[in-house]
Parts: sequence; structure tokens; C-alpha cells
Amino acid sequence: MTATHAFPFLTVLVLLPAGGALGVVVLGAWRGLPRAVIEWFGIAVSLATLGLAVAVAALFATTTGGFQFVSDHAWATGLGVHWFLGIDGISLFLVLLAAVLFPIVLAGARTRTDARSFVAWMLLLECACLGSFVSIDLILFFLFFELTLVPSYFIISGWGYARRAYAAVKFFVYTFLGSAFLLVGILVVAFAHEHQTGVLTFSLPALEHTRFSGAGGILLFLAFTAAFAVKAPLFPFHTWSPDAYAEAPTGGSMVLAAVLAKLGTYGILQFDLRLFPQPSVDLAPLLLTLAVIGILYGAIVACAQRDLKRLVAYSSLAQMGFVALGIFAFTSQGMTGGVLLMLNHGLITAALFLLIGWIYERRQTWQVSELRGLQAPAPVMAGVFTVVMLASIGLPGLNGFVSEFLVLSGTFLTHRWWAVVATAGVVLAAIYLLWAYQQVFHGKVDLASSRTRDLSWAERVVIAPLIVVIVFLGVYPQPVLDRITPTVNSLVAHVDAVTHTHEPPVARAKVAVHAAPARRSST
Amino acid sequence: MLDAAFLMPLLPLVGFVVLVFFGRRVGEPVAGWIGTATVAGSFVAACVTLVGLADQPSGARTLTCSDTCAPGASGHAFFDWISVGGLHVKLAILLDPLSMTMCMFVTGVSMLIHLYSIGYMKGDRDFTKFFVYMNAFVFSMLVLVMANDLLVTFVGWEGVGVCSYWLIAFWFQRDSAASAGKKAFIYNRIGDAGFLLAMFLIFSKTGTLTYLGVFAHRHLLVGGGTVTAAVLLLFLAATGKSAQIPLFNWLPDAMEGPTPVSALIHAATMVTAGVYLLCRVSPLLALSPDAMWVIAAIGGATAFVAATIACAQQDIKKALAFSTISQIGYMVLAVGSGAYVAAIFLMVCHAFYKGLLFLGSGSVIHGMETEQDMKRMGGLRRVMPWTYATFLTAWLALAAIPPFSGFWAKGDILTNVYAKTLVLYALGLLTAFFTSYYMSRIFFLTFTGRERWAEEAPDGRPPHRRPHEPSWVMRAPLVVLSFFALFAGTVDLPWVHVGTLAQWLGPVFGSRLFAAHESVGEQVGLAVADGVVAVVAAYVAWVLWRRSADRPALEPTFLQRVWYWDAFYDTLIGRPGQAIARACAVVVDGRLLDGAVNWTGRLVQSIGSGTRRIQTGFVRNYVVGIVVGMAAVLAFMLSRTWWS
Repeated sequence: MTATHAFPFLTVLVLLPAGGALGVVVLGAWRGLPRAVIEWFGIAVSLATLGLAVAVAALFATTTGGFQFVSDHAWATGLGVHWFLGIDGISLFLVLLAAVLFPIVLAGARTRTDARSFVAWMLLLECACLGSFVSIDLILFFLFFELTLVPSYFIISGWGYARRAYAAVKFFVYTFLGSAFLLVGILVVAFAHEHQTGVLTFSLPALEHTRFSGAGGILLFLAFTAAFAVKAPLFPFHTWSPDAYAEAPTGGSMVLAAVLAKLGTYGILQFDLRLFPQPSVDLAPLLLTLAVIGILYGAIVACAQRDLKRLVAYSSLAQMGFVALGIFAFTSQGMTGGVLLMLNHGLITAALFLLIGWIYERRQTWQVSELRGLQAPAPVMAGVFTVVMLASIGLPGLNGFVSEFLVLSGTFLTHRWWAVVATAGVVLAAIYLLWAYQQVFHGKVDLASSRTRDLSWAERVVIAPLIVVIVFLGVYPQPVLDRITPTVNSLVAHVDAVTHTHEPPVARAKVAVHAAPARRSST
Repeated sequence: MLDAAFLMPLLPLVGFVVLVFFGRRVGEPVAGWIGTATVAGSFVAACVTLVGLADQPSGARTLTCSDTCAPGASGHAFFDWISVGGLHVKLAILLDPLSMTMCMFVTGVSMLIHLYSIGYMKGDRDFTKFFVYMNAFVFSMLVLVMANDLLVTFVGWEGVGVCSYWLIAFWFQRDSAASAGKKAFIYNRIGDAGFLLAMFLIFSKTGTLTYLGVFAHRHLLVGGGTVTAAVLLLFLAATGKSAQIPLFNWLPDAMEGPTPVSALIHAATMVTAGVYLLCRVSPLLALSPDAMWVIAAIGGATAFVAATIACAQQDIKKALAFSTISQIGYMVLAVGSGAYVAAIFLMVCHAFYKGLLFLGSGSVIHGMETEQDMKRMGGLRRVMPWTYATFLTAWLALAAIPPFSGFWAKGDILTNVYAKTLVLYALGLLTAFFTSYYMSRIFFLTFTGRERWAEEAPDGRPPHRRPHEPSWVMRAPLVVLSFFALFAGTVDLPWVHVGTLAQWLGPVFGSRLFAAHESVGEQVGLAVADGVVAVVAAYVAWVLWRRSADRPALEPTFLQRVWYWDAFYDTLIGRPGQAIARACAVVVDGRLLDGAVNWTGRLVQSIGSGTRRIQTGFVRNYVVGIVVGMAAVLAFMLSRTWWS
């Protein structure tokens, strides 16, 4: 916890969208107000939030792995709950991801009805997402974590498609059930810490050193992981996601898959690994196996989908499997790759859902069988879709590859056979995405296709930032890696220290590896 | 002079970027000229670099980026691409006689084919997009060749793969083209998985991925079959990119792309990348004789199988595609025998004559308004004299008729294989017979005999109009390539030992180079055998195909259906795979996993509706209440029992 700043960056960052939501409600009371004003107000608030997030990233110190921009205020003193915010290399890019995506959602995925409520819910959702990523008090985290559910539920049920009611309830109940376990876990951890030290606190850095008995630790780990695995989702807790992603409006799908899903894997990294290092290492084979099953299973099921949104949903299942794989490999490369993949997957999936939403606006379908030959009338859309698709497949030069390579090479160092099987997922991703692309964009143009509009200039402006970042992070990911790595290294070191395990030398060594063989060869 | 090296990949990249953003504005033909000019600049840079490299003493011609990078070079590389923990990947160049040789013929042939394309693609609605893809291809290919690092090679490797996908599916409104593009990408992707795994394995043992670093620490790979596994995984990648058994099926389909694409990517350059990769990692190959045997056997088998299939093809481009597979099989056979120089020798000669053959066939297809069926050609000698004369030289070269280039290159390979093992030599010689036969058949069917294009087709299609010669932008590359097809053999004649390709490439391979120690008598004997086989096979084809185009007995279904290879994959993998995917989606996901979720939901709902009489509201709210209450009680109890 080094750099502290006079200006309360994180508090403002979290509260700004909430204030914006309130502002929308107030503005909305004025009946005659054109909807464009409210929409632009929402975009302006989310852009201001983005500006703040960029400022945080610019001032972020790369020399430390600890929390920065810490702001700690006693809140419910008797209960030991604090307004305790901080940001580290893991949460920094998730904050940025959320801050980048919300303006794009508000600008590119507008709704036809009731703009006022939609914008208000979206801004509240942004507040909840940002709050979750920067809270390092467990109760505060839990509150934000749960707060994400309310706007998501209303966005799905209010602006979704045919089966929206079913999808919204399923999403709500399923994830809430997982959260119940999380709440139990949080309370037990805090009480255990109080028992050991006499201090009741929910502060993550303080609780990091709590010791648990073997079985107790494992149960707690499972309680936390239940919530996170549902949220991510990891196999086999994913069945809410295809329904929710498919039935949600475009903006909802984007936020659900790109940002909210990351809460799951973020929770695993930030809370499971810090609080329960030993159980994490002990149960790593189980989680790695689920991750690998998710990678293959998600990809295989994606191959059988005939609906673009469900296809992307299952592809997300596979991608989140890669994230989990990288985390539980416990190597610098794997974990850094996992964090980077959270960012990359967010960018790619958001772009895919946005493009699919635009196809729906034009054709009122996302059934692959009803679309054909769109590349001829809409070459720019096809080109943009190609870039995003190739990023998702993991083409070097685009962002997806860097994270995929780091995850797999990092996993190979400690869990060779899991990495070998997971590599097959790389092949499968090409199969379903190229198949979908061929069905939708290739082939003879029919009458309906020939009348399909290409991307308008406004749409190009909206999606351009995503494409630029996708390309940039593929060509020059180092600035991001430089900020993730210190935190990941300290996390791996924390796990290694508690569990007395060691990263393989090649994962960490800089010069030593090259020196070692030389010595060996001389003898 | 070596400072020019970085310009080689940079210029096509600039061309690519310019064409992406302004291509449509400048339109045809300016976009084509921009594309051609940047690649020509790249070729000039390659020539300058070659002169600079040749100036160095022969032992000091391996230069990494620190010696050759000019602007933006921060000490050792353009920039750090990925650097995490112990993994450091820099974007850097490795320049040595091997990569230099590749650069020379890649940029040279690319330049000629770009020029040719300006004529061939005239009037296409996506003219500019074609050159966007072609420039991207040249850039990726040069990255592949010049990389200092396995991972950077992989960048180029995937880059050429995706360009190949775009260009095969270039006429995307045709379903067959779209499917062929996808097929090529997926087959290559299977190989790429091997490449990735090889990198993981090598990194986990040596802690580096730079070529020189890995070679310096290659002893760390010895033991436990590690090096064999790594080499075979890289070879799997090579079988994908270079269309070898078991991943060769995509290449014939790739002929759906425009013919200049077939010439450049699917004959001259990209498909030889696998051979280049194997030559590049020759120090690892040397550690695993087992892997060498596998490589040699696969190469020999592919050469033979593809040559037999080429004998029965009717589509001129498909026949040439199988010929390419067969010729690369020879190169792989050479690599497996440790004859790296011979492999590169054939690769260079092949680039010239096979590029020429495709351009010639493109000229025929262009002149006959997209006709590709050789049974509808014949007698083109009289109407297309330029195409005829240049195609003739390529035929003589590929058929390995002495003294043209193919004879020397293939002879070099067979001499080495003879010293390794007699079985593979015999297979190679048999393949040589088929090679000369199928090539002569193609030549006679297309250019001699009756003018079948002037007749109505057996299936009732009307006769073609009189074919015409193409414009000079298409003719000039034919003439240049034809010169090289005839005389490229002179760069490595067996009795010359100074200033040859072998002497130039020798330091790269050093002692790993297999040296065939046959006596002069044996060598002459082998050469005579090669020559006789080639001439006899050509004579047989002349007798059979000069006048008649209709000999079904010589075109069995087994060969036309590619040894039933596609059908085999379809039955074994394709259809079961689809069934599994459907089963997973419907049964496992729908009924099992989601079924359980919904069943639990209904259970709770029925409990809820029981309590509904007591209170009003939504079921979900009560579920929440119950769970939270339970959670609090449980937490309290647990905390008391475990730590008291």
C-alpha cells in the first residue's frame, strides 16, 4: 500500500455513475425532455467515469504489487465494516474494461423503449461493477457484488427478448444462491479471524493471514468458489448463461458477458487465492479439470449452436475456462495470462455481442440459417467481424493470442497434461467461429441480404475503440503486462510461502536459467 | 548494407496499411501498382542485404537483430513483445544464409506474381482487397522467415495461414470457395496446436524460445523422449502448413482461390514454410534419429501418394496441387535424410517452376474464360504460343528431364536418400516415374492434340471461343520465371564446389548436414537412372495422351477420389464429431445440466406455492430470505464449533 493520493479517486469513480443514475431519474421527472438528452447525459457520465479510470491507470505505479489509491473509512464501526477501497494490477484493467465498455453500451446498444430507466439501470450497474472491483472490504465487496444483480435483472426482464422472464429469474436465483454460500463464507472467515486475533474486521489484507484447519479451509474455499464459479460461469454451473446472454438486450449481453462474468474469476483470484492459499493449491487439480472440461465442452456445444448469441455464450464458457486454467496453474505466466484474458475476453465478447445486436437490428434474427452472404452488401461490418472473430480464435497480432499463449505455456510448466488437452480448445474455437462466419457472411447474396445496410459512421465510431484496443494489445501488450505482473508475482509468492510450493524456475528466472545450463555443461 | 534487412517486411506492411485505408479510393489499377511496388522494394532490400551478408566471412554470417536493426532498435530488438516472469519474447530478426535464401525467392517470386495479378484480377469487384491480402501475406511470410524466435515465427506462420484463408475464400459468394478457405484454416490449426505444444515443451525445458538460445541449451531437451516429442510436434505443424500426410487434404481444395494465389501461396512460398521450419530447427532434429525416420517416411509416402493422385486429375489446377504436395514430400524426405541443402535446393527450383506452372495455367484459364478442365483444352500450342513456350520449360524442369533444374535438385535428394536407405530411395525413384508421367500428361492434354475447346463438350456445354494470350503484365513474369526454371539448377551442380548453394548454406547446418559419400561412379549411375526414368515416363505419357484425352482405365476412381482420404476423415471424425456436438448440446446441456437446474427451481416453486397462502409476494424473494437466514445461522454455528 504505497501511493496514496489526496484526491479520493476510487470513491469518486464508484459514486460518479451512481450519481449519474440519480441524475437520470431526476431529469426523467421532466416529462417533455427528448430521450436523446437523457441518452447523451448517460454517455457523458460514463465518459467522465472513463476519464477518471484512465487517470487512475496513468498514475498507477508499476513498482509494487500491493493495493494503490487506498481509501479507508470506518463505516459500520460496531460490525467492523469499512468503506475500504483499493486497486491493484489485477483489478486495474477490469476497472478500465468496465469504464470503456459502459459508454460503448450506452452509445451503441440503445433501446427503443423507456430510455430513462434503461440508462439509469445501466449507470447503477456500472457503479456496482466498479465498486466490486475496487472493494477490499469483504462485506463491501459482497454488497456491490449483490447490487449488480438488481439492475441486471431489470435490464433482462425489461428490455429482453421472447423468453426474458424465464431467463431473468433463472439468472437471478441461480447467482443469488451462489452468493448465499459466499455470505456464509465471509462471515465465517471474519469470525475465525476475530477468534484468532480478537479483532472483528472484513479487510482483505488483514484477513489474508487467517489460518484455517484443513477441512474448514476446504469448505470455506468451496463456499466462496460456488458463488464465483456460478458468476464466471465455470462448467457445470453455466446453464443460466446461454439463456441470460441470449434473452438480454444487446447492452445487457455485453455487460453480462464482458464485465459481470469477470466478477467470478476476479473473485477467485482476489479472495480465494489470498484467503485460502492451501485449499486453492490442494483443490487446483479439481478446478483445473473443470476448467479444461469447460474449454472443450463449451467449444463442442458451441459447434452445435444455430443461434449466434448462444454460440458466443458457449464460446465464453470456453474462454472463462482458460482464465481459470491460468489462475490455478500458479505460475507467473499462467496467472498473468488469466488476468489479461479477462480483459481481452471482455473486449472481444462485447464487440461480438454489439455486432450481433446490429445484425439483429437490420434483420430481426440471429439464427444462422436465416442469414447469408452479408459480406457483399456490408463489407465494413464483415471486416470488423473478421478482426473480432480472429482475435477470439487467438490469431497472433491480436489480443486474444497473447493471453491464450501465456495461459497455456504457464499451465504447461506445472500441469502439463491439462495444458495439452486444453490446447485442443484452440482448434475447436476456429471450427465454430469460422463456420458461423461462413454461414452469415459468405455465400450467395439473397434478396434480404442484399438490402442489409453496412455499418453507419456512428456505428463505426462506436466500435472503433474496441478494434483499436484489440489490435494494440495484440501488438504491444507489454504496458498492460508490466502492470499486472507485480501483483500476480506477489500473489504467487503469497501462495508459495503459505503452501511451501515453488514455481518452476523457468517461470520466474530472468538470467539464472541461462546461467544454469552453462554451468552444467562445463562440468 | 545489412541495415536494409528490416525494410523487407516493413515495406509490404506499409503497402498493406495504405491499401486498407486508401485502397478503395485509389482503385484499380493503382492499388495493384502500390502493392507491386512495395513488394518490389522489399526485393531490392533483399538484394542489398544479400550483398552485405555475402561480404561477411563465411563463418560470421549469422546475425541477430542487434547487428542488423536500424531505426527504433533499442539495443537488441525492435521492441519487447511479451515479457512475463522468465518468458521474454522480443521482436527481432535472425539473418543467416538460410533465411536470406528464403527472403530472396519469397520477395522475388512475390514481386512477379503481384505484377501478374494486376492483369489477372483486372475488373474484379474486389481488386483492391486482393492486393491488401497479398501484401499482408508477403509481410507475414517474411516475418515467418526472418524471425529470431519460435514464437515470432509462429506469428508469421499464423499470419500466412489467415491470408491463405482470405485468399482461398476470395470469391466468397461461391460456397465451394468459402468452404475451402475454412477447411484450409482448420487443417492448419490442427498443425498449429502442435507448434504451440512444441513451444510449451521447449520453453519448459530451456526457458527460452529464441532459436539460438534453444540451440545453445539443446542438451536440456535430451532424455525422456523430450526432443523427439518436440521435433514431432513441430513436424505436425509442418504437415499442416506444407500439406503432408495426414493433413494434406486442404491443399487441393485451396485451388478455389484465384490462380495467382495458388501460384504464390499454395505452390511457391507458404506451403514450403513447414520445410523451412524443419531446416531451421535442424540442431534439434539431429538429436532425434527416431523423429528423422518418421519425417523421412512421411515425406516419401506423401510424395508417392500425391504423385499417383496427380496422374488421374482432370482439373489442371488440382493436378498441379497434387504435384505440389508430392514435390514438398520430396523436400520433407530430404529433411528426414539430413539433406537440408538438397531440400532447400528443390524448394528454390520448385518455387520457380511451380510458380510458373500455376501462372501458365492461370493464363490458360484466363484465356479460356475460367475453364479448368483439361479435357476441354488441347492444341493450345497454336493459339497461346507464349504460354506454351514458358509452360514447356516448366514441364521439362518439373519432370526432371536432364539438364533442367528439377533434374539436379531431385537428383541431389535421391542421391542422399540412397545413402540413407534403399527402401525410401526405391519409393523416391518410383515417384519420379509418376512425376514425369503426370506432368507430361498435363502438358500434352493442354497444349497438344485436338483442339477440344472448339468442340461441344460430352455433357453438352457449348464450345469455347478462341482462347487468347494475356497482356504483357502477365506475360513478363512468365518469361522471367521460365528463365529460372531452366537454369536454377546451376546454383548447385554436383561437380562444382565453389560458390554453390551448398557452400553458402553449409555453415548453417554444419556437421549436421548428411554427407552422402558415394563414389563418382555411383553418383553418375544414380543420375543416369533418374534421367532414364524421367525420359521413359515422359515417353509413355506422350504415347498415351498425345492424341487421346479419353482413357478411363488410367483414371481409376480410387485415384480421382484421392485414395478416399476425405471420405475416410468424414466418416471417422467429421460425422461422429457433429453427432457428439449435438448430443452434448441437447442431452448433456439441455436435459442433464439445465434439467437439474430447472427441476430444483420447480421444487422450490412448489414449496413456495404451499406457503403462498400465508404470505403474498414473489417466490424468489422467499427463496432469498430462507437462504440468507440459513446462511447466518449456519455461519454462527460453524464459527462456534470449529474454533472453540
